[in-house]
Amino acid sequence: MSDINKSDNGNFEPRIVAFFCNWCTYTAADLAGTARMTYAPNARVVRVMCSGRLDPQFILMALREGADGVLIGGCHPGDCHYQEGNYKTLRRFTLLKRLLLDMGIEDKRVRMEWIAASEGDRVQRVMNEMTEQLKKLGPLHLEPVSIDTIHKKVEESVAQAEGVKI
Amino acid sequence: MSTPENKTNGTPRIGVYVCHCGINIAAKVNVAECVEFARSLPYVTVAREYKFICSDPGQELIQQDIRDGKIDRVVVASCSPLMHEATFRKATLAGGQNPFFFQMANIREHVSWVTFDKEMATLKAKALIAGAVMRVARHKPLEKTRVPVNPDVLIVGGGIAGIHAALTIADSGKKVYLVEKEPTIGGHMAKFDKTFPTLDCAACILTPKMSAVRSHPNIILWSYSEVSQVDGYVGNFKVKVRRKPRYVDEELCVGCYECIEKCIFKKAKFEDEFNIGLSQRKPIYIPFPQATPLVALIDPETCTEFRTGKCKKTCVDACERKAIDFQQKEEIKEIDVGAIILATGFKIFDATRIPRYGYGKYPNVFTSLEIERLVNASGPTGGEVRLKDGGKPNSVGIIHCVGSRDINTNRYCSRLCCMASLKLAHLIKERTGAEVYNFYIDIRAAGKGYEEFYDKLLKEGVHFIRGRVAEVSDWTMTADEEGKLVIRAEDTLIGVVRRIPVDMVVLAVGLEPSADADNIRRMFNISCSYEGWFLERHPKLAPVSTFTDGISLAGACQGPKDIPDSVAQAGAAAAEALALIDKGFVELEPNTAFVQDEFCSGCCTCVALCPYSAISFSADNNRASVNGALCKGCGTCVAACPSGALQQNLFTDEQIFEEIRGVMNYV
Repeated sequence: MSDINKSDNGNFEPRIVAFFCNWCTYTAADLAGTARMTYAPNARVVRVMCSGRLDPQFILMALREGADGVLIGGCHPGDCHYQEGNYKTLRRFTLLKRLLLDMGIEDKRVRMEWIAASEGDRVQRVMNEMTEQLKKLGPLHLEPVSIDTIHKKVEESVAQAEGVKI
Repeated sequence: MSTPENKTNGTPRIGVYVCHCGINIAAKVNVAECVEFARSLPYVTVAREYKFICSDPGQELIQQDIRDGKIDRVVVASCSPLMHEATFRKATLAGGQNPFFFQMANIREHVSWVTFDKEMATLKAKALIAGAVMRVARHKPLEKTRVPVNPDVLIVGGGIAGIHAALTIADSGKKVYLVEKEPTIGGHMAKFDKTFPTLDCAACILTPKMSAVRSHPNIILWSYSEVSQVDGYVGNFKVKVRRKPRYVDEELCVGCYECIEKCIFKKAKFEDEFNIGLSQRKPIYIPFPQATPLVALIDPETCTEFRTGKCKKTCVDACERKAIDFQQKEEIKEIDVGAIILATGFKIFDATRIPRYGYGKYPNVFTSLEIERLVNASGPTGGEVRLKDGGKPNSVGIIHCVGSRDINTNRYCSRLCCMASLKLAHLIKERTGAEVYNFYIDIRAAGKGYEEFYDKLLKEGVHFIRGRVAEVSDWTMTADEEGKLVIRAEDTLIGVVRRIPVDMVVLAVGLEPSADADNIRRMFNISCSYEGWFLERHPKLAPVSTFTDGISLAGACQGPKDIPDSVAQAGAAAAEALALIDKGFVELEPNTAFVQDEFCSGCCTCVALCPYSAISFSADNNRASVNGALCKGCGTCVAACPSGALQQNLFTDEQIFEEIRGVMNYV
């Protein structure tokens, strides 16, 4: 891995995996490019057809592979190219956020944004904001966990989720 | 497309082609370093750079490497896949390989154009290349399915754009459904008197086209109708159209006006929508004499029979053809079409949003559209420009850019108001001999014959004052301002604040997306710009198509446009629709979901998630299955499948996992 990313001299450059839907947010990122809107180079975009395709595993995997943050971009509510995929994303995301908190992963590391195809400026702003936030948070350190801890955490989560409906 | 080949065996051999895109990429990304980096990645057997890979010689590099057996998968690191994915898939196929053994890394729009620092840009480009390489190693050969295209076309909106597109398509022998929400087609153009810069009479050039629509054997005209539902996909849309009741049988009515004459309301007393409230109509009416179809309609809000049930119904007796039908009900028509053109137009800016210009407060402040009706020979005053008290104006001020080029309202230029204002200035001067003052920011007369028209106006003695108007008020300072409206503006050419007393003020209101634009675009599943204009697929190279295949745009629904531009775009939209229909089939992107039977537990989680009812469950084998023709490839079901039995072609879990590993692990 490159030295630029995880140096400890205060020049920490976070790495972000961004999952963008083809129709809105990916197109908005293209528009930001066409309009030459310069922004933080920290995110690497993975294109999916719809944010509804996002299996929570993808987010976990990105964090495990060394991402300091994950950004999810989809169409605005009501604007999904596939009618309602983004609503499904929203539900999964809400659940995933709880799981991540239980794992000790700070709230701001995983962010979801609705960005329409015409909102190139919003891609710019979100990329810059998130990079700044992650710089403040510092690198993500995932501690190795023992199987006992996992069992314990799972039990806690189950107890917490009792009676909760999303 | 010929049968896709699959010439892979064993370990993938990947070719990586990094594009300079002239200096678009090369100025920010160290291309040579990226090529070197690509060579170090797993499975990569060839890595090259080239000035323009999308050019013929660039594509030839890829094809030759495939033919030479050096590679069996392709990664091109260049622009956005939305730009050139199709190009490189074709090149891969032309080289003799299945076109889906291809992946693009977007190092232009997502890297070189948006990154300041060269080192960071190169790093990011490398990460994206690694992601693409790791992903393409997991690609599988796929085949596009062909589905036939329904040859009928739906056009929504019967303004000049919709009319022109309808006639073009119908003339080629194809069937067109033209749906218009108002009782007549013609749109805004039908309200105009003259058109700039030629001063053609709008009615003289529009009404023949309107009658041609009515009489064309290939056009089914549904006025007073709205699209209520759209399903399906390119080539095979299923559309429901709601036909609102007119309470007059369209087949029987001949537009003789007898019913209107004999209506129990002797005098017209209800606001006439067509004349923007400048005149009155009866409850039974025909919007204007050249309305198409020329069929009366009854407004149930004002008709005594509908309000009380106790009308003498003199209209019914007056109609020899027995066309009036108070029992008429709304009708839902279901049609199948292959292509759709949206030509839903615009609305004018609401001038009351700028209170300092006094619209709605001072009776003699008009919008430009109202003046269009006043100068129109078939308008409420028979073409006389009159003040509200019936008098003739001796001086008129035209304020440009009302609601346009203003951060408080709309930032964009509405494009046509300069020319429309010049036209109105000419017509007002011609009809009344009044002194006409134009208050402008810049005169935008870019169009064929437009600058010449501006010159003509200067010579005619119309006054031009460069400056944004501060306010219109009836507060007077001198005797000659008494009883007048005073326009206060800084004349920026001489650097003084001027007060110009006038009898009449015309606000050149800008254009805005039509009131129902948001509903329409949601129904048709297309995007819009920040302001609400329908979004074209590409601002330069695909200004007529949308992101939804089979749906194109014509006229001002895409952005402010004058008549020549609307007609030109309508012609282009018609050509797009005809190209699609004439081909006879569409090839669908094979990114559909599929069930791996051995893993499916029959839990049915997926079935309810699919918005297209593409997944069915069979109790016989306790398995779900996906209908590939209905699946649109969103992948929502795939993400939800608890056993991982559902996968999506081109977006399998494995492919996405590998892409994540790729973008994270190599730089």
